[in-house]
Order: sequence, then structure tokens, then C-alpha cells
Amino acid sequence: MTSRNCCLQPELVTPAAIEIHQVHKRFGSVQALCGIDLTVQQGEFFALLGPNGAGKSTLINILAGLALADSGRLAVLGHDVRADYRQARRSIGVVPQELVYDAFFTVREMLRFQSGYFGIRNNKAWIDELLERLALTDKADAYVRHLSGGMKRRVLVAQALVHKPPVIVLDEPTAGVDVALRQSLWAFIRRLNQQGHTIVLTTHYLEEAEALCNRVAMLKQGQVVALDTTANLLSRHAGIQLRLKITPPCLPDALQELSCGRDGEVFKLSLHHHAELENVLAVLRESGVEVEDLEVVKPDLEDVFLELVKS
Amino acid sequence: MTGLLTLFYKELLRFWKVSLQTVLSPLVTTLLYLLIFSHVLESHVQVYSEVNYTAFLVPGLVMMAMLQNAFSNSSSSLIQSKMTGNIVFMLLPPLAYWEFFVAYVAASVARGAVVGLGVGLAGLWFVPLTLAHPLWMLAFAVLGCAILGAAGIIASLWADNYDQMAAVQNFIIVPLTFLSGVFYSIHSLPPFWQAVSHANPFFYLIDGFRYGFFGVSDVSPLLALTIVATCFLALSLATLLLLKSGYKLRK
Repeated sequence: MTSRNCCLQPELVTPAAIEIHQVHKRFGSVQALCGIDLTVQQGEFFALLGPNGAGKSTLINILAGLALADSGRLAVLGHDVRADYRQARRSIGVVPQELVYDAFFTVREMLRFQSGYFGIRNNKAWIDELLERLALTDKADAYVRHLSGGMKRRVLVAQALVHKPPVIVLDEPTAGVDVALRQSLWAFIRRLNQQGHTIVLTTHYLEEAEALCNRVAMLKQGQVVALDTTANLLSRHAGIQLRLKITPPCLPDALQELSCGRDGEVFKLSLHHHAELENVLAVLRESGVEVEDLEVVKPDLEDVFLELVKS
Repeated sequence: MTGLLTLFYKELLRFWKVSLQTVLSPLVTTLLYLLIFSHVLESHVQVYSEVNYTAFLVPGLVMMAMLQNAFSNSSSSLIQSKMTGNIVFMLLPPLAYWEFFVAYVAASVARGAVVGLGVGLAGLWFVPLTLAHPLWMLAFAVLGCAILGAAGIIASLWADNYDQMAAVQNFIIVPLTFLSGVFYSIHSLPPFWQAVSHANPFFYLIDGFRYGFFGVSDVSPLLALTIVATCFLALSLATLLLLKSGYKLRK
């Protein structure tokens, strides 16, 4: 994913999965999106992160046609979401954040209707496969209203995939889903990604994004505040934390500037890079301080997230 | 067309799955009207010569049931989808706004027809009926249900909650249907109320529909059809424009 300042390319040989150019959206006095520029390439597993109210769902809703941008352009596989909405919507499958269902119908009926809305007449084989992969086969003829929250969530996933969209957007798909189910859901989504589907994910479980996604965009107050590969973000925005238990329990003056707190007898030092570790140990040796225990804590996406949100 | 047909089928199945509420209940209510009004007024009211009051009443009640149920079908379905959020299932796919319109209006016509047919057949138990001009009857029936189907879409798009929706139904639709000549000929009204009745488009629907049965009407059936068709076109245009703009559907 790259940030873009130029206009959308009209029709490339291999168009980007998603192109978003200078999208603005305002709800009353609230500026939800302020000039978002994003491009997700085909085949990516991409995370859209940000605190509540950052604009993630608004951006997804505009991409899916559920909301209209005030200005800017969005395209799915080169199809403009307004001018060429039919092709754009055929190219994208969205798992909405809200746990919604139609109380009148069974799981299979819902999936048949959704297929029909996308112009697919006979979709039984794929529906059966989806039901099996999402462990819903024995609930196929049950009314959706009678299912548990996790099952309803899986029905939403099945509905989003019923037309085999090349681009799949999951807006908080694992909210309220138990651990076992979450893992099986991710295994399924990861397999789809390996088969060539582009996956865009929003989640509050940052460890999920870190484990699954190769690129990340972080939104804050309707703006992209970080946009890079997960590895780059981790290395760029957060160093490592060194936790030391020393005798005597007194940090040498030369290391005071690295201190980021103390937890009982444990001193916490913030380092930008592993290479600085050698220098710290040298200072401790020269100061006659003995190291009783040492722990290096790597940053995770949550640290990056918190750092960016606080800044 | 698959998307449109699927949405139409879904809407049919939706009301059919709760047919006790959507078909049988209005049928029973309308038949109670017929039973009570015909029993009380049969010997007191003569509207057209050679047409007794019960026979006069049946087509009016059939049309009233059709109109109210056509409105209920599109309005209740859409407001429920909006309130529960499952409207996204129709907004995410590549359905055109006009497909949305046609599917919902066609389903309204279907429900109106099912309820109307039920009331009509039950009415035969009370009084024998003949069809003087079946095509006229059919034209007014279809147009009436389509108008109310479109009105139901507009009302449910506008309404932000069930209370507002019920207000439209109870303060606009029900009075307009009751004051449209279902139970009386407008010729029996004072001149002022006759004039007011002529401003009610539902009056032309009832009057034209009744013409299909008896070959007599309060106003010319051609005039009634023209007014009804104009109403349908105007409401359809308004509905299509609202749907195209995404009014209260796409934020």
C-alpha cells in the first residue's frame, strides 16, 4: 500500500484492488475523513487500524457504497464506486461491523437471496462449500435469529463471500467471537488470501493485524497517520524495551536519559535499536553494576498504535 | 434481471411467511366491516339503482384492503430493514435504484392482489357480484396497489422510527381510504365535502374500481384513470429520485 498524491490511473493492466484518492466526508460538524489517499494492491492482506471514531468504518462504507463521499474518488479493481458501481460492487465483499440479519429467513435463504442480488442464479455448490468451511452446514435451515452471536457473524462472512469477490473487506469480523472460532475464521480468510483474494481488515485485536497483515494504515481523526508494511512500522515507530534487575539497584547517570520508568526493582530502558544494548552493558560494567536479570521486550503493533494515537 | 427477481421473490416470501398477519388478519378485519355495515345499512341506503348496498360495499372494501395492504407491504418491509440494519444486504449488491423500486412495488401489488382476491371471494358469500368491465377493474387495482406501494417506499425512507411510520399510516393513509367513498357515494355528501372528496386521489381509485363491477360510477372512469395514472407517474418519479439520491439509505 502506498500513499498517493497523483490522480487515479484510469485503466491499468493490473489495477489496484482499492484506490482511494482525496476522500473527504463530513457528518454535520464532524469531519469524518480529511483527504484520505490509499492504494491497496491486489493480493495484499491489509489492515486498517485506528481508535474509535477514526473514520475506518466510514471509509469502508463509502468504498462499499453504503455512504457517499463529499469529494474524492474511490475505485475497486479500477471500477469507480459511483460511476461504475455495479462492477465495483461485484468486485467487493463486505462483512459489516454490525451484527445484522433478517429475522424472516433461514441461513440458506439468506445466502440464496444474496447470490441472486449479485446476479447469480444457481449458487448451491458454492453456498454448500461456504456453509461447510464456516461450520454452518447443520444450521443451514435454521432461522438466523436463532443462532448464537458467533454463528451470526459467520453467516455475515458467508454472505460477503457468496459472489466470490476478489476484494474482501472485513470490518471488525471477530468482535464477540470466541478464540477457537476466531482462529478457524482467520485460517479460512488466510486461505482465501493465499488463493489471490485481497483482504482488507479492521480490527481492535492488534495482535491479529500484526500476525495476518503485511501492510497497515493507521487512521486518526479522519487522516492517515501511518502507512507502511507491518515490519517497517514496528521498527520505525517503536524501539525495544530493556528491563534490568541490577545490584546495587541504582541506575548509572549515563543511562538515566534512556530510562522510561521503574517497576519495583526492575529498571526499564527504552532503546531505539538492538545495537545500543552493547553500550548499555558496557556502561553497567564500567560503573561496577552487576546485572541480575535482563529481558528484552520487542514492540508490538499495539505500542505503535498507542504511540501514534497519543502523538 | 436476476437481482430484481430475487428481491421481488424475497419480498413475496417475507409477507407469505407471516401470512396470518399480512393476509388473514386484514381479510378478517375487512369482512367484519362488510358484515356490520351491510347488516346495519342494507335496508337504509340505496346508492345506485339496481345495486343493493352490500353489493356496492364489496368492491369498495376490496379496494380499501388492497390499498392499505399494498402500503403496509413496502413500508413495513423497508422500515424494518432500516431499523434492524439488514438494509445493507440490499445496498451492498449491484442492484440499481430502479430495480429496488420495481421489486418493492411489484411485491406490494402482489400482496394487495392476494388480500383483495380473498376479500372479493369472501364477499361472494354475502352477495353475488358480476364484472361489467374486468379490464377497468384490473387497471384500477394494479395502479392503486402500485401507487400505495410507491407511497410506502417514500414513507419508510422518510421515517426515522416506527412511530413516524405508524403516524403516516394512521393519519394519512387510513383517513384517505376511509374518506374515499368506500362506504358511500360522494353524491350523498354536501357540495363542500363532495369537492373535498374530489381532491382525494383514493376516491378515483375506489370509484374506478367499482365501475369495473357495475358499469356505473360517480365520475367518468376515463377521468379517474387519467388522474390515477398521473398520480402513479408522479409518485414513481419522486420515489425513483429519492432512491437514486440514496435519501436516508446511503449516508
